[in-house]
Amino acid sequence: MINYIPRRFTVIRDKDKCVNCGCCVRQCSNECHYFDDDGKTVLCNSNTCVACHRCVDLCPTGALRIEKYVCDYNENANWTPQYQQEICRQANTGSTLLSAMGTPKPYPIYWDHILLNASQVTNPSIDPLREPMETRAILGRKPEKLEADKKGKTTTKMPPQIIIETPIMFSAMSFGSISLNAQKSLAMAAKELGTLFNTGEGGLHPDLYNLSDYAVVQVASGRFGVHKDYLKNSKCIEIKIGQGAKPGIGGHLPGEKVNVEVSNARMIPEGSDAISPAPHHDIYSIEDLRQLIWSLKQLTDNKKPVSVKIAAVHNVSAIASGCARAGADIIVIDGFRGGTGAAPTRIRDNVGIPIELALAAADQRLRDEGIRSTVSLVAAGSFRCSSDIVKAIALGADACYVASAPLIAMGCHMCGTCNTGKCNWGIATQRPELTKRLNPEIAHKRVINLITAWTHEIKEIMGGMGINSIDSLRGNRLMLRGIGLSEKELEILGIKHAGE
Amino acid sequence: MLKEGQIRIPSGCAIAAIIDKKGNKINGSEIIKSISLMHDRSNGLGGGFAAYGIYPDHKDENAFHVFYDNVEARKTCEEFLFKHFNIDVAERIPTKPVPSIDLGPDIWRYFGKANRVRMKTSRLDEDEYVAQCVTKVNNSIEGAYIFSSGKNMGCFKAVGYPEDVGEFYMLDRYEAYLWTAHGRFPTNTPGWWGGAHPFNILDWSIVHNGEISSYDTNRRYIEQFGYICTMQTDTEVITYLFDHLLRHHNLPIEVAADVLTAPEWDEIDRMPEDKKEYFTTLRAIYSGALVNGPFSVILGSNKGLLAINDRLKLRSLTAAIKGDRAYFASEESAIRIICPDPDKVWSVSGAEPVFIPLEIEEEVDE
Repeated sequence: MINYIPRRFTVIRDKDKCVNCGCCVRQCSNECHYFDDDGKTVLCNSNTCVACHRCVDLCPTGALRIEKYVCDYNENANWTPQYQQEICRQANTGSTLLSAMGTPKPYPIYWDHILLNASQVTNPSIDPLREPMETRAILGRKPEKLEADKKGKTTTKMPPQIIIETPIMFSAMSFGSISLNAQKSLAMAAKELGTLFNTGEGGLHPDLYNLSDYAVVQVASGRFGVHKDYLKNSKCIEIKIGQGAKPGIGGHLPGEKVNVEVSNARMIPEGSDAISPAPHHDIYSIEDLRQLIWSLKQLTDNKKPVSVKIAAVHNVSAIASGCARAGADIIVIDGFRGGTGAAPTRIRDNVGIPIELALAAADQRLRDEGIRSTVSLVAAGSFRCSSDIVKAIALGADACYVASAPLIAMGCHMCGTCNTGKCNWGIATQRPELTKRLNPEIAHKRVINLITAWTHEIKEIMGGMGINSIDSLRGNRLMLRGIGLSEKELEILGIKHAGE
Repeated sequence: MLKEGQIRIPSGCAIAAIIDKKGNKINGSEIIKSISLMHDRSNGLGGGFAAYGIYPDHKDENAFHVFYDNVEARKTCEEFLFKHFNIDVAERIPTKPVPSIDLGPDIWRYFGKANRVRMKTSRLDEDEYVAQCVTKVNNSIEGAYIFSSGKNMGCFKAVGYPEDVGEFYMLDRYEAYLWTAHGRFPTNTPGWWGGAHPFNILDWSIVHNGEISSYDTNRRYIEQFGYICTMQTDTEVITYLFDHLLRHHNLPIEVAADVLTAPEWDEIDRMPEDKKEYFTTLRAIYSGALVNGPFSVILGSNKGLLAINDRLKLRSLTAAIKGDRAYFASEESAIRIICPDPDKVWSVSGAEPVFIPLEIEEEVDE
């Protein structure tokens, strides 16, 4: 056939172990598994397998295994099978290619080229089991100086601040792109951990009103779900200008995902496509951003910090500085390896810059302008473990946003097909038979475990450095050394090479 | 080998200080006796003293102590100083040869007032003018280093053990109401005279024991405000933090001490509401100025003496009171050798700064 694209995986069924119970048939929304005409024998068609491992995980006899399907092409380092398949797909449909999750391309991951320091002899390391080890961070606009005439009393009027007990927050994922159960799990975990979750541009479902003290509510270009109570029932308001996975473009939630619940939360008709425009049509310049920030603050009686989220693009440091000067209390920079529910493949894989470089450049720029201490800087765009977070804070972040990691804790296997709405783990889907698979009571505990474990690790690493407060890690680039990086990369990161 | 300023050199140390609250004078031999008892806490690669009240005849003028590596540096620096200040006296600081101290830089001192015309043109207040002039010399004149610039006070330092440095500068000929002393144990240094302590800017002088782990956080915080940490030492950054908080933010000295050694959140959360608000606000605004890791610091000034210790009490610091005098030292023995029978002796606890104010204001000429 002219449009042949080899399948990606093969489902291997061990006939000796399979008892034909049909569990896999019921679990697979991609319809890989089916009963033979006899109604008794389970067979499978691997063509639609995405390697989400749901069937493998739930098979009671362990009879299933997923294998990569290999169909060799002529070797060609330039015309790889992937490009040929993508061309074939576009020739079939005439459409933009879509992808989900962060880019899988092998771009440099600077976290893996940065090493951390520890104390020896001249400066004792601190045992976090014996000594207090502080991970509390305070986000929001800070005055330049304290007003205090005498010890113990201050007359400083502080703008609204957010106290988080761990420097890890949950990044924006809207109800619509993920299920209510998934969002609820994050919200419940945020409450227990003393941190925040983020509504994305999906509005706030009434089931989560009681958790709104832990919510960052987004105001994005589609303005979905934005109304007075939404803004007032929050801990923080975030203006989303851009997203690391798809800088410069908007979003598209297909109508089939817009069920009655999603339509209510977003305040759009049921079944209609929710299209967020590429720009905010009331922000065509930095002065417009200033006005939006100002109106949001007016509307909420200056009680909510306003954050501005931008994608890490080439000129990110100047843009971050502009946002600070336009009145943003918190600046979020989202790196190009950041995840997404759906993005045009070409954009996701080619637009933007890594968070490490963007964060280092923006932090330094704000310092050069003498305004770093008055605003908060949050980094996003793929943190895989606690040491990534420690490195980001040492580069200059006040806190980090994570999204993929807690999703993996809830069951996600990074199959990268969120955009199909068939998530077998009940995360990136609105189908009731799938979403009910995710039990928030269980899922939120797993997320708490994950963040608690990371926070323990952060404390352990800080203790090793002889630091007992995250405040003293922030921007402490002497704690970092590059390994295998060029002079230019070291210069931008503002760190020395290992051995120096 | 790179010298201080080109590379960051961690070091351990001994510190000592004496203050007479009423402003009565103490001879330099006292502080030498105290610091020399802690000989083993230094390794001969740096020692120094700061003395307050030693130049009563020039009390309204800035006293600049300068190291010169060569004649050329002196000419350039003097040209600068004579242009920016009305210099009354220019002289070599008297020293006597001490076998253990190698031939070092040429050491000069100048007394002078800021040139009022230049100061007014620059639209800076006197302190800022002096501070900027000192920074200018130290950053741009190769081979010249102003290591003391306050009024009616001076720093004396060299590469050597502190007791030898005291003998070298003949400190038994100086009388001061406040002395601080420092013996250095750098882990790696080519031994540069400018790298010895105390570190001074204007009337502030700092002696410090420890290696702070928050160094780069503090450096990057303070460099936002025009400071340049050329020495890359803890002492330098701590001095600049104090200078910034006291002079630019007008904070009382105890509040500045709270910024550097703020209590832990566990403790703050249990405080009464007003104190809780005070510390929460303070920590939120000055998170970059919190000093972390082991340290004990003594800040000398014409207003008094401040001693602070790290939050976990990782470094030793003992205090004692006898009559009008207060004593501080890394080890209690170094106090007892000059004050065998103190009224009160205690160990300075972490996050609990001790401030001994000078109770008499120096006479001010109207």
